[in-house]
Amino acid sequence: MQHFYFDHNATTPVAPEVLETMVSCLGQVYGNASSIHYFGQAAKQKLEAARRQVAALIHANPAEVVFTSGGTEADNLAVLGTVRAAGRPHAHLIISAIEHAAVLASAAQLEREGVAVTRLPVGSEGTVDPEDVRRAMRPGTVLVSIMHANNELGTVQPIAEIAIIAHEAGVPLHVDGVQALGKIAVDVNALGVDLYSMSGHKLYAPKGVGALYVRKGTKLAPTSFGGHHERDRRPGTENVPAIVALGVACELAGRTLAAESERLAALRDRLESNVLGHIPGTGVNGAGANRTPNTTNVYFDSIDGEAMVIALDLRGFAVSTGSACSSGAITPSHVLTALGLSADRARSSLRFSLGRSTTAEQVDALVDALEASVTHLRRISVHA
Amino acid sequence: MPESAPIAVAMSGGVDSSTVAGLLVRQGHKIVGMTMQLWNQRRLPELAPETSGHGRCCSLDDVYDARRVAEQVGIPYYVVNFEKQFEEQVVQPFVDEYLAGRTPVPCTLCNNYIKFDRFLEMADSVGAHQIATGHYARVRFCDASGRYQLLRARDASKDQTYFLFGLTQKQLSRTLFPLGEMVKPEVRELARGMDLAVASKGDSQEICFVPNGDYAAFMSAYLKDKGIEPQATHGEIVTTDGRTLGEHQGIHHFTVGQRRGLGISSPEPLYVISTDPQTQRVVVGGNDDLLCGRFVVRQMNWISIEGVDTPVRAQVKIRNKHAGAQATLHATGDPNCVEVVFDEPQRAVTPGQGAVFYDGDLVLGGGWIG
Repeated sequence: MQHFYFDHNATTPVAPEVLETMVSCLGQVYGNASSIHYFGQAAKQKLEAARRQVAALIHANPAEVVFTSGGTEADNLAVLGTVRAAGRPHAHLIISAIEHAAVLASAAQLEREGVAVTRLPVGSEGTVDPEDVRRAMRPGTVLVSIMHANNELGTVQPIAEIAIIAHEAGVPLHVDGVQALGKIAVDVNALGVDLYSMSGHKLYAPKGVGALYVRKGTKLAPTSFGGHHERDRRPGTENVPAIVALGVACELAGRTLAAESERLAALRDRLESNVLGHIPGTGVNGAGANRTPNTTNVYFDSIDGEAMVIALDLRGFAVSTGSACSSGAITPSHVLTALGLSADRARSSLRFSLGRSTTAEQVDALVDALEASVTHLRRISVHA
Repeated sequence: MPESAPIAVAMSGGVDSSTVAGLLVRQGHKIVGMTMQLWNQRRLPELAPETSGHGRCCSLDDVYDARRVAEQVGIPYYVVNFEKQFEEQVVQPFVDEYLAGRTPVPCTLCNNYIKFDRFLEMADSVGAHQIATGHYARVRFCDASGRYQLLRARDASKDQTYFLFGLTQKQLSRTLFPLGEMVKPEVRELARGMDLAVASKGDSQEICFVPNGDYAAFMSAYLKDKGIEPQATHGEIVTTDGRTLGEHQGIHHFTVGQRRGLGISSPEPLYVISTDPQTQRVVVGGNDDLLCGRFVVRQMNWISIEGVDTPVRAQVKIRNKHAGAQATLHATGDPNCVEVVFDEPQRAVTPGQGAVFYDGDLVLGGGWIG
């Protein structure tokens, strides 16, 4: 049986160019980038070239890019590091209700340490109202952390407007950009962000590598301790082959972004219009918002999303009910309930995330499989 | 489509259901393996000893084992989450029954509402027409009566039909018990032959979500977790003729027929005869007071026969470990109730337990006592 992949927001395959560069680096560039000698210098050159590639994709200065083990570490470092660096007794943190677990759980940890946390609601379109950020500001606010694009819905948050409000209050802004990088244009200066989290494996690089953009002058306390790597931001011998892979992936994304986002948006629209046109009782969650081109989240009324994911997998289509990090959870998605969806509708929702390998034929085959599965599931639920 | 429809195997990670998966694959069937996530052990941490993981319901280790077996036998595998239904339909009723002074059988509720209902529905959802489990029992279709019959397992020591009396004809028609004709050593041998990672794993406990069989500790922890203060659950221990002998710490600590843990010295052995949730009284008496000659079974489910219009002879089991006793079944005015009249009075007929009627190996049907 052929298997088709519609879960690119969970992770992406490693791009052939990325794989080739990474493997050759693994085999040849084995020096420690901190070593003085020839071998160390070779590794250091690769490391810094990758830093320039990552910086170029987000229009940053390479010195502002810190490599991490992935998006989760970048989020932890940004949130914990900024709040702790502020060193204020009654510190206050503002996040949104639809952040990824990496930010939500970091905020919850700070809460246990005595930090006050405000979780901003989102409207039915899945976006934060910048005015809510203004209203949530307190004298003790030390950080605003709002994601760029939501992993489950693809909704893009009004980051530039939020940045203006944060900066008026003298508060830095962290943006979890894991689901936006490579899907939409990112310019940290135009957006006005102070910290920006990135992940390799959402971008056709391997798992286990990511980066955090830290604007020059931003106070950041380290969250792990060791040597003087990454300008004392993040200790540990750099994973040069994976970082090189991230660099190539960023360069590739920059080259293909405009054409690819147009192609994916057309496929996404084809998927949505065919599903909504052929299958009654369906709709797109967060449809009214500005969204990343590859993501759609659709409800199928009176369908159990968990059963649907299995049924589709057995037909060869890989989709998900939401974040892979919360698969198997019994509580409905916190993102969908934050939109105001009922628990039933949230449980009946599926996320489809397209990518470079997705074709129109695959989309049409998916729609056929969805139609068949929904018909079957609705028929048996009537008999049950 | 029908001949290519898969069979959904309920895989617990134990040796029995793992062998079922391997066996059906070997027989050439298309299989989907699924593990039901029913209970989160982390929820009541005070009950979880840090060591053990195996043999307790839905531990991560069991899921790991099931996944590994699925990989070994080469079938698609999924974990499906029924925690909400399990709590509503098995755990909560289990606790309520104890608080009401009865002695529940959660495995039967789990079979009725989870394994042969919710799981069957999930199987349906993914296009599987049949389910298979590692239960020791047999099903066959009887042409003469036009009914699906349930029979005791060939391995009498492993027979699980006592817990399966609630199965409907529709459920039986779609269920396979591939181990019904085998004895346990044969199953282990088969598992070893297929090189299954779980071949020598120990058997599971009786009540999967109650660690070490300590249901009183489970109930205290569960009620605390739910924020329910166990209300005044102490009362008097009285004799059948009304004399007060002492006090107790809650009727849920007692079950009919119990002798130990009464905390009362007496020249004659004393047994719990009954418990009364209204007065919180525990009534105790001598062994003879436990004997019961007749009782009514409610919420009857008939399996191998349609019912009893005229009196029918049967062997009746009143708890899992009961050997079964000769009795006559009488219809009552209510089609859902049957009166059981034993040839010889039986000891400790306990409210909340199941009563299952057999004719030799055949399960005629069953219902709830009291």
